Amino acid sequence: MPQKEINKVVSGEYQLGFEVDIETDTVPPGLDENTIRFISAKKNEPEWMTQLRLKAFKKWQTMAEPHWAHITYAPIDYQAISYFSAPKNPPQNLDDVDPKILEAYAKLGIPLDEQKQLQGIAVDAVFDSVSVKTTYSEELNKLGIIFCSISEAIQEHPELIKKYMHSVVPMNDNYFATLNSAVFTDGTFVYIPKGVRCPMELSTYFRINALNTGQFERTLIVADEGSYVSYNEGCSAPTRDENQLHAAVVELIAMKDAQIKYSTIQNWYPGDETGKGGIFNFVTKRGLCQGDNSKISWTQVETGSAITWKYPSCILKGDHSVGEFYSVAVTTLAQQADTGTKMIHLGKNTTSTIVSKGISAMRGQNTYRGLVKIGAHAQGARNFSQCDSLLIGSECGAHTFPYLECKDIKGYIEHEATTSKISDEQLFYLRQRGLSEENAVSMIVHGFCKEVFGQLPMEYAVEAKALLNLTLEGSVG
Amino acid sequence: MIQIENLKANIGSKEILKGLNLILEEGKVHAIMGPNGAGKSTLSKAIVGHYDIEVTGGDITFKNHSIIKMKPEERALEGIFLSFQNPVEIPGVNNAYFLRTALNAKRKHEGKEELNAAEFLRLMKGHLESLGMKSDMISRSLNEGFSGGEKKRNEILQMLILEPEVIILDEIDSGLDIDALRAVCEGINKMKNGKRSFLVITHYSRILDYIKPDYIHVLKEGRIIKTAGPELVAQLEAEGYESIKDESI
Repeated sequence: MPQKEINKVVSGEYQLGFEVDIETDTVPPGLDENTIRFISAKKNEPEWMTQLRLKAFKKWQTMAEPHWAHITYAPIDYQAISYFSAPKNPPQNLDDVDPKILEAYAKLGIPLDEQKQLQGIAVDAVFDSVSVKTTYSEELNKLGIIFCSISEAIQEHPELIKKYMHSVVPMNDNYFATLNSAVFTDGTFVYIPKGVRCPMELSTYFRINALNTGQFERTLIVADEGSYVSYNEGCSAPTRDENQLHAAVVELIAMKDAQIKYSTIQNWYPGDETGKGGIFNFVTKRGLCQGDNSKISWTQVETGSAITWKYPSCILKGDHSVGEFYSVAVTTLAQQADTGTKMIHLGKNTTSTIVSKGISAMRGQNTYRGLVKIGAHAQGARNFSQCDSLLIGSECGAHTFPYLECKDIKGYIEHEATTSKISDEQLFYLRQRGLSEENAVSMIVHGFCKEVFGQLPMEYAVEAKALLNLTLEGSVG
Repeated sequence: MIQIENLKANIGSKEILKGLNLILEEGKVHAIMGPNGAGKSTLSKAIVGHYDIEVTGGDITFKNHSIIKMKPEERALEGIFLSFQNPVEIPGVNNAYFLRTALNAKRKHEGKEELNAAEFLRLMKGHLESLGMKSDMISRSLNEGFSGGEKKRNEILQMLILEPEVIILDEIDSGLDIDALRAVCEGINKMKNGKRSFLVITHYSRILDYIKPDYIHVLKEGRIIKTAGPELVAQLEAEGYESIKDESI
């Protein structure tokens, strides 16, 4: 099939590129101590939080942006970014939320008003730098579950924030995490008490709207002993020619017998086919399996962003703890992704599973980077890794960088990797049975991603499939 | 049903079909036999619009319309079905899901209601039983890890479900043991309804014991050089292709 036709098939139009025109409170571009004090003051933060931010900022100024990843991009001017933008007049309740914002979320498929709220899914809606609405908080409260914006948690639950923030991703962990520690604006806090199984899916929807603004969200999830939570994250941004920076930090802590399932559907604006515009997504996500028999699963479907730099990881500290990473990363147009995971086995008989599916089309460059480390005391640790790449067309690339470190002679690491192309033969077979070319490509790609989609909660699996179709099919909805 | 006139076709720069004439009659079984490299598979690929084949001359008409400019899926939706010699594996694509999508694409094309999952499963299970196939064919991935026999039976299953008007069987008998061959041929014979046309491409006469052909065509060096009744099979078996005189000139 000629390259042009394939490109037509895989250059799906970005569907969520609209922006809403609202009055905002936006700090002028630039970053210094005053910016940080400004953010902290805007959020009415206690002094200890302001001090933590300033400490992180001091540290960040001594650090250098990392460039080891297999990505190239124009230098980021950190002084040209605005670090805070919020809709004017922060809402006290839903009636106060700007109807344009409610409309924007409705357009994204996330109705926030009481009558239309999604059944069985509690949502925290973060618009630029602030959380505008958290649904179902009261119902969850009755079970002792805390589900609120991180700003609210800093005010209402300082003891938990002081104890757990920076406990998994240290303040000075890496350049982008340290920047986030200084300037983070909003995000979600979740606490599941002992023995409670969270009865609904929790989710946060991040929307970048303001021009020229970075989004620095911070999420912290603590699952106490024997508890369970499934949390989902979605995101999107307007279509713009300028690049926008998104540098998030997510920390998960699972106590003894607790389980956290964290799913992401990342659909930031990817830029155009020449590489113009799009979100720079530099994200630090890490989970700590603190207690014995705890489990953390990361599932991600990455279709957006111009640049993705992201390695959701698990530190398997508790004996018999389990870490999982299931990923579908799509790079089409001129997107670049360097993504993967780290599984650090410290406890005995810890197990980890990595299933990574990279899909590259057009000029997309897709890199899997993964570390499996088995510590000296992790007797009986086991890892299974499977990294598959699917290439569509001849201008794209797939790269795999697995790092394995095994200090325990009893550790067991198994790594499989494949690279395949959608073959003309496969396409022809399906077309001979009456499927259009688009449907044939879509069917082959979905088949390739099946194992990962199977890990998503059902509502999100449907969304992920639809998103993959939009991304790869060029069908206009 | 299908009329092929003076068809010339290349693979790469090599001319394989050199002015081939053939008429597939409605409701008849046509067998194409010929030595290796004669162009048998090229003929079947040309009819379904395979990407390897470049048609350089002549025409193929189906229901009195030329099809050589049509996309493969358009030809399929019109009712032309090819049972592949080596069906390709498509990992992760559920066999039943694929088949239902294909059937519904066809039904939609014909202006019929699409079948829901339950209706489709009932249909598929019935055909699985008749072909002596296991019910795990519903949940397995399309051709993935199938044995040679399973792949061929799966082709026949698709044929039974899609109910095409023209059925091209490209060496459906290769790699099949006697039991599998019998089951496959029973499936094919079930499809005979006096309207459907069959084009059976084969090296061996064995399959023709099960599927009784109405015509035998000998394909040699890119042309049909002889057309006769089923009695020709015996002569070919006894004397080989060398004995056949070119009657097309």
